[in-house]
Amino acid sequence: MRHKVGLFVLVCALLSVVALPALAQDEFVFGVVLVGPENDRGWSQAHYEGGLYVEAVVPGTRMIYFPSLNPADAPETTLLDVVDEMVDQGARVIFTASDAFEEDTNRVAKAFPDVVFINISGDDALTGAAPSNVGNLMGQMEWGKLIAGCAAGLTTQTGSIGYLGPLINAETRRLAASAYLGARYCYETYAGGNPNDLTFTVTWIGFWFNIPGVTLDPNEETNAFYNSGADVVISGIDTTEAIVVAGQRAARGEAVWAVPYDYLGACEEAPEVCLGVPYFHWGPDYAEIVMAVMDGTWSQDWEWVGPDWSDINNPDTSAVGFIFGDGLSEESAAALEDFIADLAAYATNPFIPPSFALWSGWAGPLVLQDGTVLAAEGELVDPLDVWYLGQLLRGMIGASS
Amino acid sequence: MKMNWMTRLAFALLPIIASLAITALLITLVGSDPRAVFERVFEGAFRNSTAFAGVVNFWIPLVLCSMGLVVTFTAGLWNIGVEGQMMVGAIFASWGAQFLALPAPLQVGAEIALAMAGGAVWASLAGLLKVRLGVHEIFGGVALNALANVWAIYLISGPWQPPEGGSAQATRPFPPDAVLPSISNAFPVSLLGLIIAFLAVVGVALALRGTRWGLQLKATGKNPRSALLLGVPTTQSALTALIVCGVLAGAAGSYRALFTYTSLRPLLTGGIGFLGLLVVLLVGVRAIWTPLVAFAFAVVLGGSTRLRVALQLDQSLAGVLQSTVVLMVLLANGLRRRLSARRSVEAPQPTQTAVDFKQEQTAHE
Repeated sequence: MRHKVGLFVLVCALLSVVALPALAQDEFVFGVVLVGPENDRGWSQAHYEGGLYVEAVVPGTRMIYFPSLNPADAPETTLLDVVDEMVDQGARVIFTASDAFEEDTNRVAKAFPDVVFINISGDDALTGAAPSNVGNLMGQMEWGKLIAGCAAGLTTQTGSIGYLGPLINAETRRLAASAYLGARYCYETYAGGNPNDLTFTVTWIGFWFNIPGVTLDPNEETNAFYNSGADVVISGIDTTEAIVVAGQRAARGEAVWAVPYDYLGACEEAPEVCLGVPYFHWGPDYAEIVMAVMDGTWSQDWEWVGPDWSDINNPDTSAVGFIFGDGLSEESAAALEDFIADLAAYATNPFIPPSFALWSGWAGPLVLQDGTVLAAEGELVDPLDVWYLGQLLRGMIGASS
Repeated sequence: MKMNWMTRLAFALLPIIASLAITALLITLVGSDPRAVFERVFEGAFRNSTAFAGVVNFWIPLVLCSMGLVVTFTAGLWNIGVEGQMMVGAIFASWGAQFLALPAPLQVGAEIALAMAGGAVWASLAGLLKVRLGVHEIFGGVALNALANVWAIYLISGPWQPPEGGSAQATRPFPPDAVLPSISNAFPVSLLGLIIAFLAVVGVALALRGTRWGLQLKATGKNPRSALLLGVPTTQSALTALIVCGVLAGAAGSYRALFTYTSLRPLLTGGIGFLGLLVVLLVGVRAIWTPLVAFAFAVVLGGSTRLRVALQLDQSLAGVLQSTVVLMVLLANGLRRRLSARRSVEAPQPTQTAVDFKQEQTAHE
């Protein structure tokens, strides 16, 4: 699939030299609806830059976007109003970049049957709840979180890791659980610790980002983690509080680290305490979808896209990546390289059925918090059971619902 | 001495023209074309029936809250708790939408009635805190607002959480029979919502103007101690004013839940109650002007959606225009008061206090 994208981009680039004037007249407009600001250095900015990528590699395309569509920041407008505007401006495909838009996207899509909608990260195209002009897209961030967890497991000196979670749903549970599995594995395999001694605590702030007076304050919660003995905090929220607080405390001489989330450049907030960042690179998949709509070959799909294992940080092919941070020691960095190579070997192993493409770390024995067996000894977990993970795993501290 | 109609008109138009000029200047300073901006806002609000519906859908809850606040302000109360009253209204309506199963025509009516009751309960809590425990309604209101938000989030992430695969950022969309129907696809506005808003405007205006209750509210608002001495039941006035506001705010909340979002969402009130406070202060608590000014706000805010999509201008621009209008109107009001005070001092009759009294009276008409 990725190679096809590369080829198409190349062909487009060649064509653009020949046919630029013609294409420029026939501009293709696509819309991106963001739940947060386009410069949040997190989830929304990653999507915004995905749109910029499309503009750069697919000639003749132009993005229009709407930032911060949520009841608190834009009470005067709804997804219907925004989509109506975008369609009026010529948009033919609209990305609704939040699971908060999942239900609204279906409702609005029915009113605009000629426009293609891509909701990230819903599953209605999988369950059949969506009309035929709605598709879904999500990156397999589980890999990124395994790597993030591993970096934390390699680095922790106190044997205690905090996970700053947003609200509780299947997506956030499976991402927190992935980080937990990565931390356990690397704490044992590379750092030589007993994984049962590792404390992994999840605190849910209540929403994707801080809403003063409504959610828990992510700054306070990060401080609470460090105050109670954790020395690494992994962020699962849209914004950068964890790494900012870690940077402040490190400046006071404390040995603390953080792993931000979502956005390629998130480490820049406090590079010295950053162990790395698992991030989304929406551009290639956005481009593929836009091109499919342009040439009329798009059809409804639920896409859950993994990294390009030949180079997880290839900006033209990988949907999910991990940038190493300056806070990682040399040995830890080497161990993390090793771990990523193992993941790649597993994920690309032709003898493992693609439907079980998630890492062997998601193999039994795995038990949910209430004692339900998710996978018995030696059994693999079906990826959809990971997608719909109903509880945190036994061994993690924190609420499942 | 009364100002002639030209002066009055000038004082009404001046702040609007001044704020447009200031905003235009700001837009030019950031390198955009102010004419394009105003054009986009206008198009955004009036381009077609769907765009205009967006404006009306924002206006309905805004005018409901504002009319409620006209009542509490008349009684001399700062009902900051209007946001929470809206939220509790939305919660009550959402309960009805999910768990009541009545014959179709009764269903929606029952949900709205529940919402009104919810808003009234929440408002009377603020009222009881004030009259029984002496907690100022501002502090009580702020606390009750926070409580209502936390309650909604608890319900959404807890007992009312959608089944697996749902987003956990809203309840499941309510069934079609449980939500307010649109007038048409081209003009998605609820007729029932419009009727309730209309009744609220007329009802509040008439009640304040021509009823004993309205008079008691005014007396309580102007000077509760003298009103009490003159036999006005001030405690009762304050409580009933809050309850009426709660009823209207609850209805506003139900519109957000049963029409705008067709589900319960965190923060679905979106500060509309606070905007209502602004509207009512701006018109000097005059019931008749309230729906018009609320409409103007809805146009600017609703129209700015297009601004953001078309020109990618920062979303705070609509807020800048709005705040400039507020500032200018307040300045103009102050100026007018000073001017008329000076004139009346120069005139031999009547006395200063009488002028003040008369002025306030006209202000409340």
